[in-house]
Amino acid sequence: MAEGGGGRGDGGDKARDEFFSEAKELVDGLGRDLLGLDDALKRGRTDVELVNDVFRGVHTLKGLSALFGVTRMAGLSHELEDVLDDLRLGRLEVTPGLLDLLFRAVSLYSRVLTAEKGDGEAPSSEIEQLLVALGQTSQRPTGGGGGAVAQYDLDPALFGVLTEYEEHRLRSNIQQGLSLFRIKVRFALATIDSALDELKASARPHGEIITYLPTGSGADVDTIELEILMAGRGTVEVLRGAITGPNVSIEEVRRRPGGSSVPPALVRGVASLPPQTSIAPSAAPPSMAPRPPGAVTPPARETGNVRVPDAASSRDGSSVAPVHQPRQTGSKAVVPEMSLRSVSQTVRVDIRKLDLLMTIVGELAIVKTAITKLSDRARSRAADPRELATELQRLNRTFERHLAQMQGGILEVRMVPLGQVFDKLARVVRQISRELGKEVNLVVTGAETEIDKLIVEELSDPLMHMIRNAIDHAIEVRAERLRVGKPPIGTIALNAFQKGNHVVIEVEDDGAGMDPKNIAAVAIRRGIVTADEAAELSPREVFALAFMPGFTTREIATDMSGRGVGLDVVKTNISKLGGVVDIASELGIGTKITITLPITLAIINVLLVEIAGRLFAMPLASVDEAILLDGSQIRTVDSREVMTVRGASLPICRLDRLFGLPPNRRPREYVVIAQVATRRLGFVVDELVGQRDIVIKALGPSLKGVRGFAGATELGDQRVALVLDVAALIEEVLSPGEARFLAWQPAVGRA
Amino acid sequence: MRSVLVVEDSVSARAFVRAVLEAPDFAIQQGGVTVLEASCGFDAMRLLPRGPYDLIITDINMADINGLELIRFIRKSAHHSTTPLLIISSLRGEQDVDRGIALGANAYLAKPFTPEQLRQICERLLSAGIAAAGPSKPVSGGHGS
Repeated sequence: MAEGGGGRGDGGDKARDEFFSEAKELVDGLGRDLLGLDDALKRGRTDVELVNDVFRGVHTLKGLSALFGVTRMAGLSHELEDVLDDLRLGRLEVTPGLLDLLFRAVSLYSRVLTAEKGDGEAPSSEIEQLLVALGQTSQRPTGGGGGAVAQYDLDPALFGVLTEYEEHRLRSNIQQGLSLFRIKVRFALATIDSALDELKASARPHGEIITYLPTGSGADVDTIELEILMAGRGTVEVLRGAITGPNVSIEEVRRRPGGSSVPPALVRGVASLPPQTSIAPSAAPPSMAPRPPGAVTPPARETGNVRVPDAASSRDGSSVAPVHQPRQTGSKAVVPEMSLRSVSQTVRVDIRKLDLLMTIVGELAIVKTAITKLSDRARSRAADPRELATELQRLNRTFERHLAQMQGGILEVRMVPLGQVFDKLARVVRQISRELGKEVNLVVTGAETEIDKLIVEELSDPLMHMIRNAIDHAIEVRAERLRVGKPPIGTIALNAFQKGNHVVIEVEDDGAGMDPKNIAAVAIRRGIVTADEAAELSPREVFALAFMPGFTTREIATDMSGRGVGLDVVKTNISKLGGVVDIASELGIGTKITITLPITLAIINVLLVEIAGRLFAMPLASVDEAILLDGSQIRTVDSREVMTVRGASLPICRLDRLFGLPPNRRPREYVVIAQVATRRLGFVVDELVGQRDIVIKALGPSLKGVRGFAGATELGDQRVALVLDVAALIEEVLSPGEARFLAWQPAVGRA
Repeated sequence: MRSVLVVEDSVSARAFVRAVLEAPDFAIQQGGVTVLEASCGFDAMRLLPRGPYDLIITDINMADINGLELIRFIRKSAHHSTTPLLIISSLRGEQDVDRGIALGANAYLAKPFTPEQLRQICERLLSAGIAAAGPSKPVSGGHGS
């Protein structure tokens, strides 16, 4: 007999795709919740709701990963779930150490997911280590509370519908001496979700909602009555003032003196069970008692069944392979090659955005109909060509307008808030600072700034690298900070904001800062610049040297207690996205790295220019203006051509010479002034052709090594233009030292 | 034609159940299967009046209205008092499962399960439904002795 599921017996490929995107969302959610718990813990509180959210997340992950055969993940989830269950049922307390374990689990989850998708190795040994560590968390017994619950005038049937967790929360609240309230409320079934959210928000400051009971039998009506059981400190009057509405009634659950009629469920409640009973679920078959007679014998577990591996399910760790180094403490060993890149290729879209797109498609369909009619008319002899042309022009304008709307709409769909990356970075900060024994606060602004999904994905690793560097090399340890009169806790600020067609991200720390002299010395030692060249560089140009390939090794970076590990990699990655990195630093005060990125990579607006009869495209986002070249304004300074524009001097670059093309023989030339971040350069071109919206195509593998071009584009009339990588060109032309690519000759002697 | 309501807050678990129930061999055997999905208890309540259903499958651990409360609600409704009802939940919630059975669920399948296990138990429940099931006869599966 064929498997019930799709094809491979795993519930279908589509379901499997759903699994990856859901799992990723769950893991991201876990990270956020853990940060919330961490925050609460710093303020000396335990957020029980968050603990339960984390439990539910892991619980769902466990079920899903086992369902879809991701056994490593299932094993990890299984053990985590045990610990989290202890946490939420009050058998275990939230501690920083325990949070560490949970944070580690979140990062392992991400790596397992990546590995499952076929990228890289699964971190098996690290999972084992974590499992051992989790197994060692011990639980403390909780006191009973059954007697106390019995004092309340509660319907015994209530306990038949409480989950174990809800029952625990009820007990726990009662033990703390809180009052119980019964809120009866009637909602329209259609709008219950939002109405309930409102109610929850007004109830939250006054206590904790234990459960929601739908009362009545109305499966066939439009409204539903809920009985909400809530525990709180205040009086019933206060609660009545807070939760208002036409269909709300609130009363306090009375306490009865005797405490009689204890429901049987309470007697064998959670607290009275020996702790082991509920924490070793796989050790024994579940007790289904009281199993009514006539129960069908369960089918035996088939081989090939998806199940948690035994090694992972053993809580005491006895069957887990011994691991001698449960946890490394070296600064870089713990998170090797960790990547924050997400495994999901999906984007969640607000349905309204799609509705808008659909409307535009409808408009385009109308234009299409009009064109069909027009072509019918054109075929008939009687048609007046001029009239047809006018009509066609009108249609063309409408078409263009809708196309532009559509383009804008689709771009918007691709946009995701940077907060998605920032959340992950917050975890990295926490983890690394704890590993290194440094105290760091991360201050984030502009998390809502939106940028193309593709860029967000590519951005997470470079940002992580920079933050790692900042904590590792820039932020001083507490004692040192106090010695130099800084606040004991270091700060890393992550700021994002939109600036025109660009998004700017700043990573700023209040650490030791960099010494230009030190950097220059290292650069000279490494042969990146000569001592003479270095002497002429401005401090800013010196800092830029830190981004040069070959500038750093770990040893040197540590030597100068500055930064530099892999900064060239950061720069390369950012450049690939059409962005630039700028660095500013003050010794003893701190360092600020600024990344400027285009908002999207998909469609760009360019200025088409002609050089030696060939067409080139320059992204308009980096073009400031284009002016006629006035030869009399050109001077040569330090063997570099410079012109004066409105009183300011501007270095210029002759693209024909740079690209080794025949020189221009026309009387007129133009200068296109481009700016990326704070650097400006004038590009000399023969002709300005016009503005266009283009789609960039990659140059293909054989031309991959050619720098200075972002790609090529088809212009629709069988012509192709190369798209200049303005950022790279500016970088190359203005950077100190010699040019390292293209046939660029120093522009000497041409005035 | 069989109509099945699946109440489960995980979208991929729902997709899994749907894939099993809509697999051609099973669907043909059952004379066609329509799956309705509810992502939470309220969704389920909204879908209940659109019944009758030949089978309701529900998770326990869900936000707001939990599966137990939903089972009680379903059983109180005249239209769904005897509809075969399957709990899919993980082994952890033993006590929860006991309560679910006490509230009138007919069967329990432990997560994780294979497509084949789900298929078998649904097959049994669907044929029991035709025979107008009397008081609940729990069927369980997913974990052997």
